[in-house]
Amino acid sequence: MSAIPSGGAEVAAEVAAATPIRPPQKQRSRFTADTVTGWLFSAPAIILIACFIILPFILAFYFSFTNERLLSPPGRETQWIGFDNYARVFNNPRFWTALTNNITFSIVVVPLQTFFALFLAILVNQKLRGVVVFRTIFFIPITVVMAASAVIWVVLLNPQGLINAFFEIITFGNFSPDWLGDPAYAMAGIIMVSIWASVGFQMVILLAALQDVPESLYEAARLDGANNWQQFRNVTLPGIRNPLLFVLTITTILAFRLFDQVWIMPDRPGGPLDATRTLMVDIVDTGLNQQAVGRGSALSVIFLFIVLAVTIVQRRLVKQEGEIK
Amino acid sequence: MSAATKGAPAGQGATLQEANASIRRQHIRHYAVAYGVLILLALFFIFPIAFMIAGSFKADTSVIADSGSLKAFIPEPFVGLENYQQAAERGNFWTSFRNSAIISAGIVFGGLLINSLFGYALARVPFRGKGLLLLIVVALIIVPFETLAVPLLLIMAELGWTDTLHAQIIPFLAQPLYIFLFYSFFLGIPRELEEAAKIDGAGAATTFFRIAAPLAKPAYAAAGILMFLASWGQYLWPVMVTRSVDARPLPMGIAEFQGLPPRDWGDIMAYAAMMVIPLLIVFIIFQRQFVRGVATSGLKG
Repeated sequence: MSAIPSGGAEVAAEVAAATPIRPPQKQRSRFTADTVTGWLFSAPAIILIACFIILPFILAFYFSFTNERLLSPPGRETQWIGFDNYARVFNNPRFWTALTNNITFSIVVVPLQTFFALFLAILVNQKLRGVVVFRTIFFIPITVVMAASAVIWVVLLNPQGLINAFFEIITFGNFSPDWLGDPAYAMAGIIMVSIWASVGFQMVILLAALQDVPESLYEAARLDGANNWQQFRNVTLPGIRNPLLFVLTITTILAFRLFDQVWIMPDRPGGPLDATRTLMVDIVDTGLNQQAVGRGSALSVIFLFIVLAVTIVQRRLVKQEGEIK
Repeated sequence: MSAATKGAPAGQGATLQEANASIRRQHIRHYAVAYGVLILLALFFIFPIAFMIAGSFKADTSVIADSGSLKAFIPEPFVGLENYQQAAERGNFWTSFRNSAIISAGIVFGGLLINSLFGYALARVPFRGKGLLLLIVVALIIVPFETLAVPLLLIMAELGWTDTLHAQIIPFLAQPLYIFLFYSFFLGIPRELEEAAKIDGAGAATTFFRIAAPLAKPAYAAAGILMFLASWGQYLWPVMVTRSVDARPLPMGIAEFQGLPPRDWGDIMAYAAMMVIPLLIVFIIFQRQFVRGVATSGLKG
């Protein structure tokens, strides 16, 4: 399977180019039959996409300019309030706390997890007896539901738990924080669970990419006297460039979607003292708990633009490579 | 190597053997390091699961008390299945399990049918408007569900679907990513069989179900596994749309059970174990398909 870069317009253009266009004259006799078939096969998906993706997508933009509420008291009319929701969001320090937390989380997790995943992928790509067993083990956390992982790690991260036992050994008893209770360490605790739970996913993608690099390139490099590091630097890295960019993008997007762990693990969602409050916590808190659908929608739109920005940056990088070629 | 040693004159034999021995030592050292690193990493990935399993058989108070030492991995004092019974009764495990099973089955089977039909139509059936539909599908792939959640919640409230199982199934049936996955898979398989079937007078539905769909088994496996993992683990949406125990799937169930006083950690670990272990067994049996399915998502994503 060829690597197709993620991201809308570029794929769309490729796909459109690849779509076979049948000359209409040839098809005239079957044209109506094919049209009926085409629309019949497409109808269920089109109706569902219209109702549950396109409609809420449009409503998200529309509501973000109104004071819509989840359960309106009788007689209350929804009003158009312009950019008020956005102004309130941007003037709310808790929004900036949440955004900062997401950014902190991604700055730590994206490089760390990608590097770790690449390391694991290279390890299990070796020709060693029994290496598949290790690949399976590294992948196991993917099959553990995040909510269950979060609950297990609450115990592991408790002040007298295994994680602190480990840190006490390597620091001779000088380091044993209350991970989930101390605002200074809560995000670090969340980061540990997140990496444990999802690094296997990135590993598998990078492993597939590593296996796609032709062996002949390595042979040629060895003939030229390249050592292991030079082979990695000049053959492996360029060979897995696009999958690596894809992994970086998806990990960044997943970092902005951070929700399950921070909702479940601290004593209250996003706690302690908003130390793990993320944009998603903000969205659910606003849209559901405060029933402020208008402001929740404004947050959702902001969230969309962040995700789009990340995707566009990745696409730019992928394009650059195309130009070099 | 050994052939060279044997064939060498007696005088050079000693040095060659020494060289061989040193290469072998190097190899052994290399293997020792590689396996050492692999085993350490394996321990890192396994220990939370071992901890959960041991804890699920332990007296409740010992789970936290032993949590800082290697005793954490020894199920003592052993209480048999008591924690499992408690998790089932106090935690309403089976209600949530049933809900999760219905939701995942609905999404996987319904989603496979709906998305593959659309993907097939886009790849194979020449019909008016298809180019635009394809563009829309591809553009929608990047819209994250998180953006839609709040307005979707209002739609659910308007439809009276709040706190139901179908509110957790129907919105997730049609998914642009899987439509695109099927579309590109169907594009890649040869047309001849389908065209032969058409000439034999088979209708479009017969051609799809008898010929095309069976050829696309790998796509169905990959999409099915991804749909299952995503729906089985979904937490955000149930938090928003469910209110009562009757509609709660497992991830909600365990989160609620964890917050339910008294916090009996043995019971909570048993709840987690019941959630995790069946899937773990399925994964170990079908791990090749799982890994391939997830890798596909990466390349197509």
